[in-house]
Amino acid sequence: MRATARLVARADRHGRTTLAELRGESPLLLRQVPGPDGGVTVYVVGGAAGPLAGDDLRLDVEVGPGAVVRVHTVAASIALPGRPGAVSRMLVRATVEAEAVLHWLPEQLVAAAGCAHVADAQVEVAEGGTLHWRDELICGRHGEQPGHAEINTWVDLAGRPLLRQSLTVGPEAPGWAGPAVLGGAPATGSLLVVDPTLPPATPLVRGTLARLPLAGGPATLWTATAPDAHTLRSYLEPDDPADSLAAATGGRSAG
Amino acid sequence: MTATTIQLLVADGRFPAGAHAHSSGLEAAVAAGRVTDLSTLDEYLRGRLATAGLVAAAFAAAARSVAAPPGSDEAPGRRSALALLDAELDARTASPAQRAVSRRQGRALLRAGREIWSAATFDDLPATPGGPHQPLALGLVGAAAGLDAAQVATVAVHATVTGSASAAVRLLGLDPYQVQALLVRLADACDATATRAARAAELPPRRLPAAAAPLADIHAEAHATWEVRLFAS
Repeated sequence: MRATARLVARADRHGRTTLAELRGESPLLLRQVPGPDGGVTVYVVGGAAGPLAGDDLRLDVEVGPGAVVRVHTVAASIALPGRPGAVSRMLVRATVEAEAVLHWLPEQLVAAAGCAHVADAQVEVAEGGTLHWRDELICGRHGEQPGHAEINTWVDLAGRPLLRQSLTVGPEAPGWAGPAVLGGAPATGSLLVVDPTLPPATPLVRGTLARLPLAGGPATLWTATAPDAHTLRSYLEPDDPADSLAAATGGRSAG
Repeated sequence: MTATTIQLLVADGRFPAGAHAHSSGLEAAVAAGRVTDLSTLDEYLRGRLATAGLVAAAFAAAARSVAAPPGSDEAPGRRSALALLDAELDARTASPAQRAVSRRQGRALLRAGREIWSAATFDDLPATPGGPHQPLALGLVGAAAGLDAAQVATVAVHATVTGSASAAVRLLGLDPYQVQALLVRLADACDATATRAARAAELPPRRLPAAAAPLADIHAEAHATWEVRLFAS
Protein backbone atom coordinates (compact mmCIF):
# COMPACT_ATOMS: atom_id res chain seq x y z
CA MET A 1 0.00 0.00 0.00
CA ARG A 2 1.30 3.46 -0.87
CA ALA A 3 0.25 6.57 0.96
CA THR A 4 1.41 10.14 1.33
CA ALA A 5 0.41 12.77 3.83
CA ARG A 6 1.32 16.39 4.27
CA LEU A 7 1.08 18.90 7.07
CA VAL A 8 1.92 22.58 6.61
CA ALA A 9 1.64 24.93 9.60
CA ARG A 10 1.97 28.71 9.66
CA ALA A 11 1.72 31.27 12.44
CA ASP A 12 -0.84 34.02 11.86
CA ARG A 13 -0.20 37.64 12.85
CA HIS A 14 -1.51 36.97 16.37
CA GLY A 15 1.04 34.18 16.81
CA ARG A 16 -1.60 31.47 16.55
CA THR A 17 -0.71 28.43 14.50
CA THR A 18 -2.97 27.52 11.62
CA LEU A 19 -2.80 24.60 9.26
CA ALA A 20 -2.34 25.76 5.69
CA GLU A 21 -2.51 22.16 4.59
CA LEU A 22 -3.52 18.90 6.23
CA ARG A 23 -4.09 15.94 4.03
CA GLY A 24 -3.43 12.23 4.11
CA GLU A 25 -4.74 8.96 2.82
CA SER A 26 -5.30 5.60 4.42
CA PRO A 27 -3.36 4.24 6.25
CA LEU A 28 -1.76 7.62 6.91
CA LEU A 29 -4.62 9.87 7.98
CA LEU A 30 -4.06 13.13 9.87
CA ARG A 31 -6.51 14.53 12.43
CA GLN A 32 -6.23 17.88 14.16
CA VAL A 33 -7.22 18.17 17.80
CA PRO A 34 -7.22 21.35 19.91
CA GLY A 35 -3.76 22.05 21.28
CA PRO A 36 -2.41 24.22 24.09
CA ASP A 37 -0.79 27.66 23.77
CA GLY A 38 -2.04 28.60 20.32
CA GLY A 39 -0.23 25.62 18.78
CA VAL A 40 -1.82 22.75 16.90
CA THR A 41 -1.79 19.07 17.75
CA VAL A 42 -2.13 16.50 15.02
CA TYR A 43 -2.66 12.79 15.40
CA VAL A 44 -1.57 10.28 12.78
CA VAL A 45 -4.39 7.77 12.66
CA GLY A 46 -3.17 4.46 11.28
CA GLY A 47 -5.66 2.44 9.28
CA ALA A 48 -5.34 -1.29 9.75
CA ALA A 49 -2.47 -2.95 11.58
CA GLY A 50 0.86 -2.29 10.03
CA PRO A 51 2.96 -1.22 8.28
CA LEU A 52 3.05 -4.45 6.29
CA ALA A 53 6.10 -5.32 4.24
CA GLY A 54 5.47 -3.76 0.83
CA ASP A 55 3.90 -0.59 2.27
CA ASP A 56 5.47 2.70 1.23
CA LEU A 57 4.40 5.57 3.45
CA ARG A 58 5.56 9.15 3.27
CA LEU A 59 4.78 12.11 5.50
CA ASP A 60 5.95 15.67 4.95
CA VAL A 61 5.78 18.20 7.76
CA GLU A 62 6.50 21.92 7.33
CA VAL A 63 6.47 24.16 10.36
CA GLY A 64 6.71 27.78 9.26
CA PRO A 65 8.32 30.62 11.24
CA GLY A 66 6.79 30.95 14.70
CA ALA A 67 4.35 28.04 14.32
CA VAL A 68 4.00 25.37 17.01
CA VAL A 69 3.08 21.79 16.07
CA ARG A 70 2.82 18.59 18.07
CA VAL A 71 2.49 15.30 16.25
CA HIS A 72 1.39 12.11 17.97
CA THR A 73 0.13 8.76 16.79
CA VAL A 74 -2.95 7.10 18.24
CA ALA A 75 -1.32 3.71 18.71
CA ALA A 76 1.95 1.84 18.39
CA SER A 77 3.00 0.86 14.87
CA ILE A 78 3.60 -2.84 14.44
CA ALA A 79 5.85 -3.64 11.50
CA LEU A 80 4.65 -6.96 10.09
CA PRO A 81 5.85 -9.27 7.37
CA GLY A 82 4.16 -9.12 3.96
CA ARG A 83 4.92 -10.86 0.71
CA PRO A 84 8.36 -12.52 0.64
CA GLY A 85 11.24 -10.16 -0.09
CA ALA A 86 9.18 -7.01 0.40
CA VAL A 87 10.19 -4.16 2.70
CA SER A 88 7.91 -1.67 4.42
CA ARG A 89 9.10 1.92 4.36
CA MET A 90 8.15 5.00 6.29
CA LEU A 91 9.75 8.29 5.32
CA VAL A 92 9.19 11.42 7.36
CA ARG A 93 10.59 14.70 6.08
CA ALA A 94 10.26 17.71 8.32
CA THR A 95 11.38 21.31 8.19
CA VAL A 96 11.29 23.57 11.22
CA GLU A 97 11.78 27.27 10.55
CA ALA A 98 13.17 29.95 12.87
CA GLU A 99 11.15 30.43 16.08
CA ALA A 100 9.07 27.40 15.10
CA VAL A 101 8.52 24.39 17.34
CA LEU A 102 7.96 20.78 16.33
CA HIS A 103 7.27 18.05 18.84
CA TRP A 104 7.40 14.69 17.10
CA LEU A 105 6.26 12.25 19.74
CA PRO A 106 4.78 9.15 18.13
CA GLU A 107 3.93 5.93 19.90
CA GLN A 108 6.43 3.10 19.79
CA LEU A 109 7.44 1.07 16.77
CA VAL A 110 7.24 -2.67 17.37
CA ALA A 111 9.33 -4.85 15.04
CA ALA A 112 7.41 -8.13 14.82
CA ALA A 113 9.00 -11.45 13.89
CA GLY A 114 9.74 -11.68 10.18
CA CYS A 115 9.19 -7.98 9.48
CA ALA A 116 11.41 -5.99 7.10
CA HIS A 117 11.00 -2.33 7.92
CA VAL A 118 12.97 0.81 7.17
CA ALA A 119 12.06 4.08 8.89
CA ASP A 120 13.79 7.18 7.54
CA ALA A 121 13.58 10.62 9.07
CA GLN A 122 15.10 13.70 7.42
CA VAL A 123 14.75 16.81 9.50
CA GLU A 124 15.99 20.32 8.84
CA VAL A 125 15.88 22.79 11.69
CA ALA A 126 16.64 26.45 10.98
CA GLU A 127 18.69 28.45 13.45
CA GLY A 128 16.39 29.43 16.30
CA GLY A 129 14.03 26.49 15.71
CA THR A 130 13.01 24.04 18.42
CA LEU A 131 12.66 20.31 17.94
CA HIS A 132 11.69 17.44 20.20
CA TRP A 133 12.06 14.21 18.27
CA ARG A 134 11.47 10.83 19.87
CA ASP A 135 12.09 7.39 18.40
CA GLU A 136 11.31 4.22 20.31
CA LEU A 137 11.82 0.70 19.05
CA ILE A 138 10.51 -2.48 20.66
CA CYS A 139 12.33 -5.54 19.36
CA GLY A 140 9.60 -8.14 18.89
CA ARG A 141 6.16 -8.59 20.38
CA HIS A 142 6.04 -10.46 23.67
CA GLY A 143 8.60 -13.27 23.71
CA GLU A 144 9.48 -13.14 20.01
CA GLN A 145 12.64 -12.17 18.13
CA PRO A 146 12.28 -9.19 15.77
CA GLY A 147 12.63 -9.23 12.02
CA HIS A 148 14.77 -6.66 10.25
CA ALA A 149 14.18 -3.10 11.38
CA GLU A 150 16.27 -0.09 10.53
CA ILE A 151 15.76 3.40 11.91
CA ASN A 152 17.71 6.09 10.09
CA THR A 153 17.72 9.64 11.39
CA TRP A 154 19.33 12.63 9.70
CA VAL A 155 18.97 15.98 11.40
CA ASP A 156 20.55 19.20 10.14
CA LEU A 157 20.65 22.37 12.21
CA ALA A 158 21.20 25.70 10.46
CA GLY A 159 22.33 23.82 7.36
CA ARG A 160 24.97 21.79 9.18
CA PRO A 161 24.92 18.11 10.23
CA LEU A 162 23.62 17.70 13.77
CA LEU A 163 22.71 14.03 14.12
CA ARG A 164 23.15 10.99 11.90
CA GLN A 165 22.07 7.75 13.40
CA SER A 166 21.13 4.34 12.00
CA LEU A 167 20.02 1.63 14.37
CA THR A 168 19.53 -1.80 12.85
CA VAL A 169 18.19 -4.87 14.63
CA GLY A 170 17.29 -8.35 13.48
CA PRO A 171 18.92 -11.30 11.80
CA GLU A 172 20.88 -9.19 9.29
CA ALA A 173 22.51 -7.02 11.96
CA PRO A 174 25.43 -8.92 13.53
CA GLY A 175 25.75 -8.43 17.27
CA TRP A 176 22.66 -6.18 17.59
CA ALA A 177 21.43 -7.93 20.74
CA GLY A 178 24.93 -8.35 22.13
CA PRO A 179 26.95 -6.38 24.69
CA ALA A 180 28.18 -3.76 22.20
CA VAL A 181 24.76 -2.60 20.98
CA LEU A 182 21.67 -3.39 23.10
CA GLY A 183 22.95 -5.92 25.64
CA GLY A 184 19.81 -8.03 25.43
CA ALA A 185 17.44 -5.11 26.07
CA PRO A 186 14.27 -5.46 23.98
CA ALA A 187 13.46 -1.74 24.08
CA THR A 188 15.63 1.16 22.94
CA GLY A 189 15.08 4.72 21.93
CA SER A 190 16.21 8.28 21.91
CA LEU A 191 14.85 11.75 22.39
CA LEU A 192 16.53 14.61 20.58
CA VAL A 193 15.98 18.04 22.07
CA VAL A 194 17.07 21.03 20.00
CA ASP A 195 16.28 24.13 21.98
CA PRO A 196 18.25 27.38 21.74
CA THR A 197 16.67 28.68 24.98
CA LEU A 198 18.07 25.90 27.18
CA PRO A 199 21.42 26.31 28.93
CA PRO A 200 24.15 23.93 27.70
CA ALA A 201 23.76 20.50 29.30
CA THR A 202 26.55 18.34 30.68
CA PRO A 203 26.86 14.65 29.85
CA LEU A 204 25.26 12.35 32.36
CA VAL A 205 24.64 8.63 32.61
CA ARG A 206 22.32 6.75 34.95
CA GLY A 207 22.03 3.03 34.42
CA THR A 208 21.16 2.60 30.74
CA LEU A 209 20.03 6.17 30.16
CA ALA A 210 22.51 8.78 28.94
CA ARG A 211 22.24 12.51 28.31
CA LEU A 212 24.55 13.47 25.46
CA PRO A 213 25.16 17.10 24.48
CA LEU A 214 25.74 17.11 20.72
CA ALA A 215 28.60 18.86 18.95
CA GLY A 216 26.60 20.66 16.27
CA GLY A 217 24.56 23.19 18.26
CA PRO A 218 22.24 23.72 21.24
CA ALA A 219 21.04 20.14 21.24
CA THR A 220 20.99 17.13 23.53
CA LEU A 221 20.33 13.50 22.73
CA TRP A 222 18.84 11.29 25.42
CA THR A 223 19.53 7.68 24.57
CA ALA A 224 18.41 4.59 26.44
CA THR A 225 17.93 0.87 26.48
CA ALA A 226 15.26 -0.66 28.69
CA PRO A 227 13.78 -4.01 29.74
CA ASP A 228 10.32 -3.07 28.43
CA ALA A 229 8.33 -0.46 26.54
CA HIS A 230 6.90 1.19 29.65
CA THR A 231 10.30 1.69 31.29
CA LEU A 232 11.69 3.07 28.06
CA ARG A 233 8.91 5.68 27.91
CA SER A 234 9.58 6.71 31.49
CA TYR A 235 13.19 7.49 30.44
CA LEU A 236 12.23 9.54 27.40
CA GLU A 237 9.49 11.90 28.55
CA PRO A 238 10.41 15.21 26.94
CA ASP A 239 8.89 17.60 29.43
CA ASP A 240 10.50 16.25 32.52
CA PRO A 241 13.99 14.89 32.02
CA ALA A 242 14.61 15.08 35.76
CA ASP A 243 11.88 12.49 36.19
CA SER A 244 13.60 10.38 33.56
CA LEU A 245 16.78 10.42 35.58
CA ALA A 246 14.88 9.53 38.72
CA ALA A 247 13.28 6.60 36.86
CA ALA A 248 16.68 5.39 35.66
CA THR A 249 18.12 5.48 39.15
CA GLY A 250 15.18 3.63 40.64
CA GLY A 251 13.51 6.67 42.15
CA ARG A 252 16.54 8.28 43.74
CA SER A 253 17.19 11.87 42.88
CA ALA A 254 19.69 12.38 40.10
CA GLY A 255 22.60 14.62 40.95
CA MET B 1 44.28 -7.67 -2.28
CA THR B 2 47.80 -8.27 -1.01
CA ALA B 3 48.87 -6.64 2.22
CA THR B 4 52.03 -4.62 1.87
CA THR B 5 54.64 -4.23 4.58
CA ILE B 6 53.63 -0.57 4.87
CA GLN B 7 50.03 -1.61 5.52
CA LEU B 8 51.14 -4.06 8.21
CA LEU B 9 53.27 -1.35 9.85
CA VAL B 10 50.39 1.14 9.97
CA ALA B 11 47.99 -1.51 11.31
CA ASP B 12 50.42 -2.80 13.92
CA GLY B 13 49.41 -2.14 17.51
CA ARG B 14 53.02 -1.11 18.10
CA PHE B 15 52.69 1.81 15.67
CA PRO B 16 53.43 4.74 18.01
CA ALA B 17 49.95 6.29 18.13
CA GLY B 18 48.90 5.05 21.55
CA ALA B 19 46.29 2.50 20.42
CA HIS B 20 47.29 0.10 23.21
CA ALA B 21 45.90 2.54 25.79
CA HIS B 22 42.33 2.08 24.52
CA SER B 23 39.87 -0.78 25.01
CA SER B 24 37.22 0.86 22.77
CA GLY B 25 34.45 0.52 25.30
CA LEU B 26 35.35 -2.97 26.43
CA GLU B 27 36.50 -1.95 29.91
CA ALA B 28 33.09 -0.42 30.65
CA ALA B 29 31.26 -3.40 29.10
CA VAL B 30 33.26 -5.73 31.35
CA ALA B 31 32.56 -3.60 34.41
CA ALA B 32 28.84 -3.66 33.61
CA GLY B 33 28.99 -7.46 33.51
CA ARG B 34 28.03 -7.59 29.84
CA VAL B 35 31.28 -9.11 28.58
CA THR B 36 32.43 -11.96 30.81
CA ASP B 37 33.98 -14.66 28.60
CA LEU B 38 35.04 -15.62 25.11
CA SER B 39 31.52 -15.99 23.76
CA THR B 40 30.30 -12.59 24.99
CA LEU B 41 33.56 -11.09 23.65
CA ASP B 42 32.71 -12.66 20.28
CA GLU B 43 29.27 -10.98 20.33
CA TYR B 44 30.85 -7.70 21.45
CA LEU B 45 33.34 -7.67 18.60
CA ARG B 46 30.69 -8.55 16.01
CA GLY B 47 28.53 -5.69 17.26
CA ARG B 48 31.49 -3.29 17.17
CA LEU B 49 32.37 -4.33 13.63
CA ALA B 50 28.84 -3.67 12.38
CA THR B 51 28.63 -0.26 14.08
CA ALA B 52 31.74 1.69 15.12
CA GLY B 53 34.02 -0.37 12.85
CA LEU B 54 31.95 0.25 9.74
CA VAL B 55 31.62 3.98 10.43
CA ALA B 56 35.31 4.50 11.27
CA ALA B 57 36.46 2.55 8.22
CA ALA B 58 34.11 4.41 5.87
CA PHE B 59 35.30 7.79 7.15
CA ALA B 60 38.97 6.74 7.01
CA ALA B 61 38.50 5.58 3.42
CA ALA B 62 36.60 8.76 2.52
CA ALA B 63 39.35 10.92 4.03
CA ARG B 64 41.93 8.86 2.14
CA SER B 65 40.09 9.55 -1.11
CA VAL B 66 40.06 13.28 -0.41
CA ALA B 67 43.71 13.42 0.65
CA ALA B 68 46.29 15.04 -1.56
CA PRO B 69 48.55 12.78 -3.60
CA PRO B 70 52.13 13.13 -2.28
CA GLY B 71 53.86 16.27 -3.58
CA SER B 72 50.71 18.02 -4.81
CA ASP B 73 49.76 21.58 -4.04
CA GLU B 74 47.36 22.66 -1.38
CA ALA B 75 43.76 22.83 -2.52
CA PRO B 76 40.93 24.64 -0.76
CA GLY B 77 38.51 21.97 -2.00
CA ARG B 78 40.31 19.31 0.01
CA ARG B 79 40.21 21.43 3.12
CA SER B 80 36.46 21.99 2.94
CA ALA B 81 35.82 18.34 2.06
CA LEU B 82 37.72 17.22 5.17
CA ALA B 83 35.94 19.84 7.30
CA LEU B 84 32.61 18.43 6.12
CA LEU B 85 33.72 14.87 6.93
CA ASP B 86 34.73 16.10 10.38
CA ALA B 87 31.28 17.64 10.98
CA GLU B 88 29.53 14.53 9.62
CA LEU B 89 31.54 12.32 11.97
CA ASP B 90 30.71 14.61 14.91
CA ALA B 91 27.04 14.13 14.01
CA ARG B 92 27.57 10.35 14.18
CA THR B 93 29.25 10.53 17.57
CA ALA B 94 26.56 11.52 20.04
CA SER B 95 28.69 10.85 23.11
CA PRO B 96 31.00 13.74 24.08
CA ALA B 97 33.38 11.24 25.70
CA GLN B 98 33.66 9.32 22.43
CA ARG B 99 34.21 12.53 20.46
CA ALA B 100 37.03 13.54 22.81
CA VAL B 101 38.66 10.11 22.62
CA SER B 102 38.47 10.04 18.83
CA ARG B 103 40.12 13.46 18.63
CA ARG B 104 42.79 12.52 21.17
CA GLN B 105 43.62 9.40 19.15
CA GLY B 106 43.59 11.43 15.95
CA ARG B 107 46.05 13.91 17.43
CA ALA B 108 48.42 11.10 18.52
CA LEU B 109 48.23 9.47 15.10
CA LEU B 110 48.82 12.78 13.36
CA ARG B 111 51.89 13.43 15.50
CA ALA B 112 53.32 10.05 14.46
CA GLY B 113 52.40 10.71 10.82
CA ARG B 114 54.13 14.09 10.74
CA GLU B 115 57.31 12.61 12.23
CA ILE B 116 57.40 9.55 9.98
CA TRP B 117 56.30 11.08 6.66
CA SER B 118 57.82 14.52 7.07
CA ALA B 119 57.37 15.37 3.39
CA ALA B 120 53.62 14.69 3.43
CA THR B 121 51.07 17.41 4.05
CA PHE B 122 48.56 17.04 6.83
CA ASP B 123 47.57 20.70 6.83
CA ASP B 124 44.31 20.12 4.99
CA LEU B 125 42.85 18.61 8.18
CA PRO B 126 40.51 21.02 9.98
CA ALA B 127 42.17 22.78 12.90
CA THR B 128 39.58 21.62 15.42
CA PRO B 129 40.28 22.01 19.10
CA GLY B 130 41.28 18.64 20.50
CA GLY B 131 42.60 17.39 17.17
CA PRO B 132 41.15 15.75 14.09
CA HIS B 133 38.90 12.72 14.42
CA GLN B 134 40.96 9.53 14.36
CA PRO B 135 39.50 8.15 11.09
CA LEU B 136 40.34 11.40 9.28
CA ALA B 137 43.91 11.32 10.60
CA LEU B 138 44.12 7.67 9.54
CA GLY B 139 42.96 8.55 6.04
CA LEU B 140 45.72 11.13 5.66
CA VAL B 141 48.39 8.95 7.26
CA GLY B 142 47.30 6.18 4.90
CA ALA B 143 47.68 8.54 1.95
CA ALA B 144 51.15 9.53 3.13
CA ALA B 145 52.05 5.85 3.46
CA GLY B 146 50.86 5.16 -0.09
CA LEU B 147 47.87 3.02 0.93
CA ASP B 148 44.66 3.12 -1.10
CA ALA B 149 41.18 3.64 0.34
CA ALA B 150 40.43 -0.09 0.60
CA GLN B 151 43.68 -0.72 2.47
CA VAL B 152 42.96 2.16 4.85
CA ALA B 153 39.50 0.71 5.53
CA THR B 154 41.07 -2.66 6.34
CA VAL B 155 43.48 -1.01 8.79
CA ALA B 156 40.59 0.79 10.51
CA VAL B 157 38.50 -2.37 10.83
CA HIS B 158 41.49 -4.34 12.08
CA ALA B 159 42.08 -1.75 14.81
CA THR B 160 38.40 -1.96 15.84
CA VAL B 161 38.66 -5.62 16.82
CA THR B 162 42.30 -6.00 17.88
CA GLY B 163 42.26 -3.16 20.42
CA SER B 164 39.29 -4.58 22.30
CA ALA B 165 40.54 -8.15 21.97
CA SER B 166 43.92 -7.49 23.55
CA ALA B 167 42.19 -5.44 26.26
CA ALA B 168 39.98 -8.47 26.94
CA VAL B 169 43.02 -10.62 27.63
CA ARG B 170 44.13 -8.17 30.31
CA LEU B 171 40.71 -7.35 31.77
CA LEU B 172 39.25 -10.85 31.88
CA GLY B 173 42.39 -12.98 31.99
CA LEU B 174 41.25 -14.82 28.86
CA ASP B 175 43.54 -17.34 27.20
CA PRO B 176 45.45 -15.35 24.54
CA TYR B 177 45.44 -18.30 22.16
CA GLN B 178 41.66 -18.54 22.39
CA VAL B 179 41.30 -14.81 21.82
CA GLN B 180 43.59 -14.97 18.81
CA ALA B 181 41.58 -17.92 17.46
CA LEU B 182 38.47 -15.76 17.82
CA LEU B 183 40.13 -12.97 15.81
CA VAL B 184 41.04 -15.48 13.12
CA ARG B 185 37.39 -16.62 12.98
CA LEU B 186 36.36 -12.96 12.62
CA ALA B 187 38.80 -12.24 9.77
CA ASP B 188 36.24 -12.80 7.01
CA ALA B 189 33.72 -10.55 8.76
CA CYS B 190 36.46 -7.91 9.11
CA ASP B 191 37.27 -8.06 5.40
CA ALA B 192 33.58 -7.90 4.47
CA THR B 193 33.15 -4.84 6.71
CA ALA B 194 36.18 -3.14 5.14
CA THR B 195 34.88 -3.83 1.63
CA ARG B 196 31.47 -2.43 2.56
CA ALA B 197 33.09 0.64 4.15
CA ALA B 198 35.33 1.34 1.15
CA ARG B 199 32.33 1.11 -1.17
CA ALA B 200 30.21 3.34 1.07
CA ALA B 201 33.05 5.89 1.22
CA GLU B 202 32.27 6.86 -2.36
CA LEU B 203 28.85 8.19 -1.35
CA PRO B 204 28.29 11.86 -0.49
CA PRO B 205 29.40 12.51 3.14
CA ARG B 206 25.79 12.86 4.28
CA ARG B 207 25.09 9.28 3.12
CA LEU B 208 28.11 7.63 4.76
CA PRO B 209 27.27 4.86 7.24
CA ALA B 210 25.92 6.04 10.59
CA ALA B 211 25.45 2.70 12.36
CA ALA B 212 24.78 3.49 16.00
CA ALA B 213 24.98 1.45 19.19
CA PRO B 214 23.17 2.85 22.24
CA LEU B 215 25.37 0.93 24.67
CA ALA B 216 28.54 2.31 23.08
CA ASP B 217 27.41 5.82 24.03
CA ILE B 218 26.26 4.71 27.47
CA HIS B 219 29.46 2.74 28.17
CA ALA B 220 31.66 5.63 27.01
CA GLU B 221 29.95 8.17 29.26
CA ALA B 222 30.00 5.83 32.27
CA HIS B 223 33.69 5.08 31.71
CA ALA B 224 34.56 8.78 31.49
CA THR B 225 33.29 9.32 35.05
CA TRP B 226 35.55 6.71 36.65
CA GLU B 227 38.42 7.98 38.74
CA VAL B 228 40.52 4.87 38.26
CA ARG B 229 40.65 2.96 35.00
CA LEU B 230 43.09 0.72 33.19
CA PHE B 231 42.33 2.05 29.71
CA ALA B 232 41.76 5.57 28.37
CA SER B 233 38.54 4.47 26.66
